[in-house]
Amino acid sequence: MIGSDIPALIPFTFLAFAILIPLLGLWKRQLSYYWAVLGAAIATGLSGYGFYNYVTETETIRYFFGGWEPPIGIEFVYDGLSGFIVLVINAIALFVLIHSRMIGKTEFPGKVTGYYSVTMLLMLGFNGMVLTGDLFNLYVFLEISSLASYALIGIGEKRAPYAAFRYLIIGTVGGSLYLLGVGFLYTITGTLNIIDMTAMLPEVISNSAVITALVLIVAGIGVKAALFPLHGWLPDSYTYASSTSSALIAPIGTKVAAYVLLRVVLYLFGVDIVDTAIPITEIIGVLAGIGILYGSIMAIAQSELKKMLAYSSISQIGYIIMGISLANPFGFIGAVLHVLNHALMKACLFLVAGNLRLKEGHSDITKFDESYRKKYPWTMLAFTTAALSMVGLPPLAGFFSKWYLALGTIENGSWLLLAVILLSSLLNAVYFFRILEKVYLRNPESDEDKAGILSSLRSNEVKPSMLWTTSVIAVGILAVGLLNAFIVSAIVTMFPAGL
Amino acid sequence: MIDFVLGHYAYWFTIILLAIGLYGMLIKDNLVKKIIGLSIFQTGVILFFVSVASKWDATVPVKSEAFPITEVSNYMNPLPHTLMLTAIVVGVATLGVAFALLITIYNRYETLNEQELLEKIQ
Repeated sequence: MIGSDIPALIPFTFLAFAILIPLLGLWKRQLSYYWAVLGAAIATGLSGYGFYNYVTETETIRYFFGGWEPPIGIEFVYDGLSGFIVLVINAIALFVLIHSRMIGKTEFPGKVTGYYSVTMLLMLGFNGMVLTGDLFNLYVFLEISSLASYALIGIGEKRAPYAAFRYLIIGTVGGSLYLLGVGFLYTITGTLNIIDMTAMLPEVISNSAVITALVLIVAGIGVKAALFPLHGWLPDSYTYASSTSSALIAPIGTKVAAYVLLRVVLYLFGVDIVDTAIPITEIIGVLAGIGILYGSIMAIAQSELKKMLAYSSISQIGYIIMGISLANPFGFIGAVLHVLNHALMKACLFLVAGNLRLKEGHSDITKFDESYRKKYPWTMLAFTTAALSMVGLPPLAGFFSKWYLALGTIENGSWLLLAVILLSSLLNAVYFFRILEKVYLRNPESDEDKAGILSSLRSNEVKPSMLWTTSVIAVGILAVGLLNAFIVSAIVTMFPAGL
Repeated sequence: MIDFVLGHYAYWFTIILLAIGLYGMLIKDNLVKKIIGLSIFQTGVILFFVSVASKWDATVPVKSEAFPITEVSNYMNPLPHTLMLTAIVVGVATLGVAFALLITIYNRYETLNEQELLEKIQ
């Protein structure tokens, strides 16, 4: 039965296509785009099927590689949370890859085969990180996805290689710190399996090595998740990478790292330990709060759309990590829901930035004016939907995750964090309405007959493959907002023990 | 106190390696030296794992007539060493990607000094 093999099949699909694409690229290079889309489609189909299975049967699938049971063997665990995240990241990757055809032709011509092969490796790493049930495997998949993302960021503008190099240095230090933390845990417990270790940790929690391990792991994964003081690599990387790379890495990469943080903090160590024995949730809560405000304020100061979105990512990651740090049911729902919502919103916004770069050759906010509304009506409609969702207007998706996070802060009585959520919504409104005002209200610069210019402009939209992916994600934002009751009822089944 | 220092010399060695690696990455201007620092940092972590798993008067975990099988303390735990083989491979891959990026940077800006590079980028 295919159902029980789902956890292994999803990463294997990407691995197979990562090898197939260069081989088939020798034959016909232009086909590699279609192969990449096919690979992502198969993986999305499998994750959709697996999640449907999970929802109807509510059964965790544990896949043992080679039939060796843990703690000797390696296992992949497909439970509600990992299934949900896998479905979200694969679906987003599918849309971004469909969208990438024209960008590939203009931004990195002649490199498409390698590019799509590395993309498949990136997705292999992300899926492996989410599905694995073994801490050392997690490190290996973390490095696979990191190496792929350094390569993808390196393909881009002139400054991209230096941004990628800086990310490489910081990212490898993060990975090494994580590995060091795993080493501490291994010497104390003698196992690497997450489920085994969860059972053993409460007995050894007073050991100072365990505390050090938790700190090292949170610091290491925090680099990948761009938790506030460790975010330095993110703005340049996202800005100078090619439009497809940033649309792929921004919605997915940091989300997967946030998922690992969620898994380690709330499942591996457990709510009791991180709340009372080691009060690390307070620390990451404060850092997340500072990150939310810092990201929003820096985003207001940017005049380049992609850089603004990059800073806004730091702020939005803060919401997810704040949800983890609250360590109560509402915070958990808010964090998981925001993974989905922010993946959709950021993908939509970065795709719009890609559309504008393809057509106009830049995405400089100061040059936006009313002609954009005439030239790109649907792209701008998608942008408006995503922007309003980021600000948090009901019934769009962004409102509901913020609502649950706010409920979580009220339940914990952390009024400062509640103030941060409300304040940052206002700051979001400032930097998004600045663009909307220009696109919908400001006249073009030239003094000649302005009305004439505007009426003479015709719709000059991008190719259908780019337009409908952007639009479908925008509709998805609305749909997720309207259907959030169903999604939350699915998330409720995923609570870690003790919440 | 002296026992504490001498008894944990493997860990002190790890800490010193990590510190040297961080120093190289943070202070050095030359990008190649930064990569050297990175490599030292990774090696520090690898040596940590190896030193944790090593044991006096123990041998390889191979079942043989020459060693009594019943006594577990005669054998070393092979798992950390095996894991570190993977970690070394990861380190090599990281170095490869880093050098590829450095070649691109050098071709575009003709310098590997970070200060000069930042001036040229402006």
